[in-house]
Amino acid sequence: MQVVLSYKRFRRRLWYWLDHSSRQRLLVEEMQFHIESNVEELIAQGMSRQEARSAACKRFGNMTQKAEDARLTWIARWISDLGQDLRYAFRGMRRNAGFTTFTILIAGLGIGAGTTVFSVVNALLLRPLPFRDPGRLVWITNGNDFTSTQTEHYSDLRKLDRSISDLEGFADWGVGNRQLMGRGEPERLTSVPVTQNFFDLLGVQPLIGRSFTTQECEGSYAAPPATLLSYNFWRRRFASDPGVVGRKLILDNRPVTVIGVLPPWFDFGSVFVPGTQMDIFVPWPLTDRAKPAGNTMRIIGRLKPGVMLPAAQAEFTALGKQLEKQHPERNGFTPRLMPLAQHVSGTVRAAMFVLACAVGIVMLIVCANLSNLQLARLGARQKEMAMRTALGAGRFRLLRQMITESVTLSCCGAVLGLLLAVGGARELAHVTALNLPLLDTVRIDGHALAFTSLAAVATGVLFGLMPALQISAFSLSAGLQDAGRGSTGSKRHAWVRDGLVVVEISFACVLLVGAGLLMRSFVRILDVNLGFRAERASALRIDPSFRISSLAQQNSFLDDVLHRGRSVPGITAAGVIDVLPLRDDRSWSVSLKGHVYEKNRHPEPFIRVVTDGYFEAAGIPLRAGRLFTERDRAASEPVVVVNETMARTAFFGENPLDQTITTYDGRHVLGAVVGVVGDVRHEALEEASGPEMYLAMRQTGDYAAMQLVVRTALPPDNLAAGIRTALRPIDPNLPVREFVTFQDLVERAMSLRRFLLLLLAGFAFFALILASLGIYAVISYSVSQRVQEIGIRIALGASAGDLRVLIVLRTLAFAAAGLAVGLGASRTLSSALGSLLYEVTPGDPITFVAIGVLLLAVAALAGYVPAWKASRIDPMTALRSS
Amino acid sequence: MEDGKAKADLLPGTLDMLVLKLLLRGHLHGYAIAQLIQQLSDDLLRVEEGSLYPALQRLELNGWIEGEWGLSANNRRARFYKLTPEGRKHLTAESARYRRVTGAVARIMGFA
Repeated sequence: MQVVLSYKRFRRRLWYWLDHSSRQRLLVEEMQFHIESNVEELIAQGMSRQEARSAACKRFGNMTQKAEDARLTWIARWISDLGQDLRYAFRGMRRNAGFTTFTILIAGLGIGAGTTVFSVVNALLLRPLPFRDPGRLVWITNGNDFTSTQTEHYSDLRKLDRSISDLEGFADWGVGNRQLMGRGEPERLTSVPVTQNFFDLLGVQPLIGRSFTTQECEGSYAAPPATLLSYNFWRRRFASDPGVVGRKLILDNRPVTVIGVLPPWFDFGSVFVPGTQMDIFVPWPLTDRAKPAGNTMRIIGRLKPGVMLPAAQAEFTALGKQLEKQHPERNGFTPRLMPLAQHVSGTVRAAMFVLACAVGIVMLIVCANLSNLQLARLGARQKEMAMRTALGAGRFRLLRQMITESVTLSCCGAVLGLLLAVGGARELAHVTALNLPLLDTVRIDGHALAFTSLAAVATGVLFGLMPALQISAFSLSAGLQDAGRGSTGSKRHAWVRDGLVVVEISFACVLLVGAGLLMRSFVRILDVNLGFRAERASALRIDPSFRISSLAQQNSFLDDVLHRGRSVPGITAAGVIDVLPLRDDRSWSVSLKGHVYEKNRHPEPFIRVVTDGYFEAAGIPLRAGRLFTERDRAASEPVVVVNETMARTAFFGENPLDQTITTYDGRHVLGAVVGVVGDVRHEALEEASGPEMYLAMRQTGDYAAMQLVVRTALPPDNLAAGIRTALRPIDPNLPVREFVTFQDLVERAMSLRRFLLLLLAGFAFFALILASLGIYAVISYSVSQRVQEIGIRIALGASAGDLRVLIVLRTLAFAAAGLAVGLGASRTLSSALGSLLYEVTPGDPITFVAIGVLLLAVAALAGYVPAWKASRIDPMTALRSS
Repeated sequence: MEDGKAKADLLPGTLDMLVLKLLLRGHLHGYAIAQLIQQLSDDLLRVEEGSLYPALQRLELNGWIEGEWGLSANNRRARFYKLTPEGRKHLTAESARYRRVTGAVARIMGFA
């Protein structure tokens, strides 16, 4: 009853409010009827019309006031005041179109940048992972974050552990490790082997079809009986045809049944392997019979309800020790647990933090700048404000009106900012060249909208507050007088403006230093000796579509490929390797023949399998001995080539040449060292390479892929077609989608750094512009305030040059103050850049000096314009002006 | 509003009750209500007549009275108000409350 009543009341109120103008009119009409009736009655009693009217009006009281009171019964006072303020604000905005446009633009850019960065940070760090109850998911590694676990350990863990309710894993994916044949062009697919309940663990239900059965998980790994398709692959290859479920595909020349399609929101690649598209998932057999020996996998577990991470970690540590003891023949195992979210976003956390801080500073500069503008405008509106006060506006009322104005402006800016952010987020979500996890989930969602509104209001209040508080500094009489210029109010307010500019300069300085340090790191990285020469080297995936059954067959294929490849015009060298630099890696524990090692003390070089010609094609220099030749074949003595790091570290100070390397248990000879080559940065541009060992491809079948690497005399743009034509006779089914230049590989490895640098540089540039505008505005203002003084100086003989120097010096004083604060703050903050810096210290003197000089130069320039104008003031006009 | 110089100021909140009570007689416009208050109180209670209108708005907003436009005795457009069932209920409650309050005040003052 009560609810119904108050609802009715609310509806009525709303209706009144919407209809308020006609209601107001009717109310006045009603009141007028009242007065008229009274007048007529009084006339009937014998008064004159004039007397009657005045008596009636007296009896009625203040009609305007009563009308207002009546109106307030249906509109709360603050709403009506707000309406008034808004109307006034919009009127002011229209009148001052230049100021309005500028403010909206600046606020829009600031808020747009803020919202975009927020949407990225939200997607990468704040939003929970797109899985069921993601808070309980843990990432389990062996030792450090990247080392995977031997499958045997995994099987034992599954049986033994008590704190994890479900333990699932996926194995190392290989980009393009499966080949799809059949209808359409043959295509290389990227498949991920997963354990049976992997999707259940994450709470992923297939969009159509079902997940793997136990039986399917006991099949052979090389020929999986069933496969699940990723949504994107299903859409691309099968045009979203639901009929594909149940059909057989030919994968690596063997039939496999499609049992389901995964939902669109499940993007394995974007969570676990940023920048890679996964096409299909196959079951990962764990039975002793079917599993590939010696393989490793990545493990995800779900903590049982009530179990905390430290307890689980303690249990796993104990289990690891126990397993190591029970199975000395296996690799060592020190399990480390961390929340899955931390693993996924771990690498980008620092970058995101820097980005968020940077954009926060940008928004503060925007506020300072707009505050300054508003103050300048306030100077011009001094009389208006004084007039309002004189007419009875309270101080609070004026303050509220000023804030309303600034919030209105910033909200208009926010609309622009939101448009920018929507565009920005959409752009970012589609950048595939960027190795950022979850990047495709970046979008403007409810949280981002909330952030925008908050930013809009906060910006408005922040930049409106300072000017609004200044109002109280006006004295009424001074404000109303024409020459209110020298009043204490405007002096104080000049002081505030100067302070704001100093703040702007110091903020800009912090951003510039940050961007500068990143820039220097970037340049350092460009200068890094990668160990190979990226320019003019490219690679093409060439695994044959037929099955290779013997080394002889493999070698004749290789001979054929290399022969034909080298005969393509423009190609100066060609060779084959299994994994490209900066892409994949694998490492083996090995032994030097004739040495006994303690457990876990074996050298563990990265393994690359290459043919002759690879070193020449990639531009890797020979340091000692010889490279592989065509004669290093199955029949000849096995040979290996090691890199300088391995030559230095693995041979106990002896000459590595002619030493024999075996598997870690000494059972199999891998080869005799015939050569030493230069180090190659295989893992990351920033990381020096570890030990590396090259095996001769013609002597082994133990590799996953063949990449033909060629070096060309000309830019490699049109080369792909030539190579394809040349290779077609060998294998007409050769899928040839993947042609990549080494330069691409390097670019990709730098993408996050480049992205961060570009954004930070953009922010810093924006900040610099804003700060210089701030300087310009303040100096111009102070010049305009001192026209008379300047006029007198000129009249007394000051030269234009003197004046300019005077004003520019004043500008430089500002800049110096801002710099002192800014550089100090930068020195403290720059250590937060930490791992993002490369071979540059956080206090890099070159950067600091350069930024200091840059800021001073820009400040001088910003001050010179008003100085130049001031020096052209005509003393006569100046002296007459007041 | 409060500083109106009536011969006897109304107790706060009583104007609403008086208006509702008068409307028990039927449809009345604002002027008629003001006249009636004056007549019935023998000119003792003087409302500043303008104050009637915010009160009428308030009552209407609360759904206790309903106004509609009609023609007055001298053939002019006037707004007539009538009591709604809810207004009737409210009046009963208000009168009871008022009687209790004034009774209590009277007892203390020794009038009763």
